Amino acid sequence: MHPFSFTKAADTRSALAAGQRGGRYIAGGTTLVDLMRETVERPETLVDISDLPLRDVTVTERGGLRIGALVRMAEAAAHPKVRTLHPVISQALELSASAQLRNMATIGGNIMQRTRCTYFRDVTAACNKREPGSGCAALEGFNRTHAILGTSDDCVATHPSDVAVAFAALEARVHLLGPDGERSVAFADFLLRPGSTPNREQALRKGELITAVEIPALARPLKSGYLKVRDRQSYEFALTSAAVALHIRAGVIREAKVAAGGVGTVPWKLPAVERHLIGERPSKSLWTQAAERAADGARPLEHNRFKTELLKRTVERQLRIVGGTA
Amino acid sequence: MSTELPESYGSPPDGAASAPSRRTFIATTTAVGSTVMAGGLVAGASLSGAAEASAAEAPPSGRVSLTVNGKRHATVIDNRTSLLDLLREHFGLPGTKKGCNAGACGACTVLVDGRRVNSCLTLAVRLDGAEVTTIEGLADGDELHPLQRAFVDLDAFQCGFCTPGQIMSGVGCIEEGHTGSHEEIREWMSGNICRCGCYVKIVRAVEQTARGK
Repeated sequence: MHPFSFTKAADTRSALAAGQRGGRYIAGGTTLVDLMRETVERPETLVDISDLPLRDVTVTERGGLRIGALVRMAEAAAHPKVRTLHPVISQALELSASAQLRNMATIGGNIMQRTRCTYFRDVTAACNKREPGSGCAALEGFNRTHAILGTSDDCVATHPSDVAVAFAALEARVHLLGPDGERSVAFADFLLRPGSTPNREQALRKGELITAVEIPALARPLKSGYLKVRDRQSYEFALTSAAVALHIRAGVIREAKVAAGGVGTVPWKLPAVERHLIGERPSKSLWTQAAERAADGARPLEHNRFKTELLKRTVERQLRIVGGTA
Repeated sequence: MSTELPESYGSPPDGAASAPSRRTFIATTTAVGSTVMAGGLVAGASLSGAAEASAAEAPPSGRVSLTVNGKRHATVIDNRTSLLDLLREHFGLPGTKKGCNAGACGACTVLVDGRRVNSCLTLAVRLDGAEVTTIEGLADGDELHPLQRAFVDLDAFQCGFCTPGQIMSGVGCIEEGHTGSHEEIREWMSGNICRCGCYVKIVRAVEQTARGK
């Protein structure tokens, strides 16, 4: 680990000032400290933001659900409002990492976490994300766990978060605070696809701080859930996953929110699947037909061809679990 | 690969055993060996950052005051020091184990302000005012904690390396109330790997202790 100076922000203003000077924010630290130890991350200054007042979970006036950036994963998962309004968020969180890590890591940090691509984590390997222009060792390397959607010739690394898949499905907004004030960004625009600049991962301006993630008010009743498929049953990242939320009224699907994880360079929203569902009555064949569209545009690599079919089956199963087969 | 070294092999601070032990003997000889390898340019306490810090500047450090197993400590540490290294190398509490040092095995689990966490991923400099409980602080005098007792009674380990982490994690799991079934215990204890594969008995020990609570 490289030496770094450390400062603890007493309030938001001093945090932003330190961020403007190039300081790196640290909340739970579960990704950052790990990557600093591997010398993948080499911040000169860490700004501890854990004392900032960003720990609330609130229902907004418009009926949205606002989760503060510093709410720990364990707290968010167990929060009664999160559990009742959006089970998909609680499930995604509780299927992530371990109890210890969920006690440390925060919601803001979770969506900022960096890929688990082994070549990114290995400072001796070529990686455009870590070292722009150095190449991508995963393209011709061992790429079984890598992305099949949203990839580029420069990067095929997946975004590892589970709860970000739920946020993508539910069309969350990320609230940001910077020196120029507050703004909010649609979740789909917050995490960036690699393109030719895989080192740029979020639509953050210098020194900007995530203050909250907000789920908009959605039609009720809303049934939702998260399914995660992986090499071992627990404490493992997803090979594929599906976040599904359905609003079914009078036997007809009125709203469908679907996204997939473990397959994209960012959490992968599935609008084609959603369109196929809306206006239809739940049935086994509907789930199958809709899920057929889940891997549209997939570009598998040598070792991850299995993900195309696995993704369709994951989405189909989760549609069935959430929507039933009436 | 980790390039961290514990910051101080010098005289242990208050609370640590002052008599020479196998541990301090090995630590001292290791430090001497490293000094020789580094060409004798640096010595003793500043050894840690020497490989990475530019020139002979001392790496940035911070003051932290925290309570470990009911005992208050105030110390100045290299900012890079993990809670795990602080406990093991500075406070003479080697019960907490370093397995992967990357948050993937759970051997380093301790309680910070009552919550189970991975001490390897916790920067000690951030813990000003925190209350830490390690495996050494679990027993009440000579009376083992019920979960420690259960691990012994049920023979819930072989090599024992992961055991302190398993027990601290189990204490957290019981406190959180995730002990409704074997399946629930397995899921909520999945952050603790046991290479000897003693999971069946570990789950039983947690379950038995939760029931007796």
